[in-house]
Amino acid sequence: MIGLLRKQVHLRTNDLKPHYDVVIIGGGGHGLAAAYYLARVHGVRDVAVLERSYIGAGGTGRNTTIVRSNYKTPETIAFYKKSHQMFLELGQELDYNMLVTPRGLLWLAHSDNQLRLQRERAALNQAFDVETVFLDAAGVREVCPQLDMTGGGGKHPILGAAWHPKGCITRHDAVVWGYAAASQRLGVHVHQGIEVTGISTEGGRCVGVTTTAGPIAAGVVMSAVGGYVSNVARMAKIRLPIITHPLQAYVTESYKPAFDRVVASADLHIYISQSARGEFLIGAEIDPYTSYANASTWPFIASASARAIDLLPFLAKLRILRAWTGACDMSPDYSPVMGTTELKNFYVSTGWGTWGFKAIPASGLSMAELLATGKVPALIAPFRADRFRDDRAISERASAGTH
Amino acid sequence: MALRLSCPNCGSRPFTEFWFGGELRPLYREGMSPEEDYRRLWLPENAAGRQTERWFHHAGCRRWLTAERDTVTNEIHVVH
Repeated sequence: MIGLLRKQVHLRTNDLKPHYDVVIIGGGGHGLAAAYYLARVHGVRDVAVLERSYIGAGGTGRNTTIVRSNYKTPETIAFYKKSHQMFLELGQELDYNMLVTPRGLLWLAHSDNQLRLQRERAALNQAFDVETVFLDAAGVREVCPQLDMTGGGGKHPILGAAWHPKGCITRHDAVVWGYAAASQRLGVHVHQGIEVTGISTEGGRCVGVTTTAGPIAAGVVMSAVGGYVSNVARMAKIRLPIITHPLQAYVTESYKPAFDRVVASADLHIYISQSARGEFLIGAEIDPYTSYANASTWPFIASASARAIDLLPFLAKLRILRAWTGACDMSPDYSPVMGTTELKNFYVSTGWGTWGFKAIPASGLSMAELLATGKVPALIAPFRADRFRDDRAISERASAGTH
Repeated sequence: MALRLSCPNCGSRPFTEFWFGGELRPLYREGMSPEEDYRRLWLPENAAGRQTERWFHHAGCRRWLTAERDTVTNEIHVVH
């Protein structure tokens, strides 16, 4: 019993060293996961993760915790399938309860066009051994009886859906804490409250960073910065194909567990789930203009609520508890940007936009391999930063545009 | 707080009346190399601070406007 009440200290503090083999900028899921796999898989333990705020302060602590692999291009399906599998075993791997809860995810179609797209999604997923099946309206009703099949009195009738039974929700903070604690056990330094203020170069290669706590020399530097990545890119004097949009979400007060699905609609740009705490979590698409201001806005909450109530009328009786906003690093094709940059020994994992949380394990594993070996793993090779130069965009707008 | 733009033709209006056209990028010039064109098109500045950007007032005068906005505070300095 005493053990249950004991104060849990997740992170040790380490003295900042003047040199590390690897410096990772950004202590979100992607940075911490890369540090963990560097230490565990490659034996590279002289690693520092520098976080200017607290770990998980950015997108990893602000997303809507959905894990799924029902994407629409061969490259992304393979990548997210790997990540989804890793998520299911992550609690065991890190010795930390991730509260992974299978929910099953419905992607609704309200138009002929969406019916075609969702059929196509199911077929493509099956071709890559990801379980997604197309359901007609009767099938949708069976899986989720709470849905108003008329979509608010005929406004958005539900005609069918792509059903992804393995879709889960998980505990996003646990992912951060689990990776941070496990990487510290392997000797990684996780420094909070240290901001990188410059990238040091020598003879055209990156040799370290300057920080609010002084300069740090490094063999290689990786940016795992999300919405603010363009600031880091400016320090490195490179450009990235990224623009920063706000993404808003909100939760209702807690209600008893009664809704065990994740419902998404591409036509309505909305998705709804009930969290482990009983809050109904509603998210939507990015704000229509670029911004770094983490402002929640009334027009967003009003319009998202109206659309959510059209699908699940009982939501009208619930009360909104809190809203929040995060900065999303949006890429032109809604796919991630991972790999080398124009600056030697400087690597990026960015372009995580609205689709990054579920990618944390596979991105961390792949970036660790790249940093340790200098070779780009096949799994992430298509996501190179300069793919737009030779017209190799990986269009995922239809499947990553919301969550 | 929702963003408002002061349209030179229609006055102060909520952003929902406008379409965002993104940061103002250099136009294509005759004789630009493919590399220059790639950088112009695909590698934006994505400024954290003052940004020159385009908006289209679709629910008003239906004209393209150029605005100066601070992307950190959302304060709009000039619209013309």
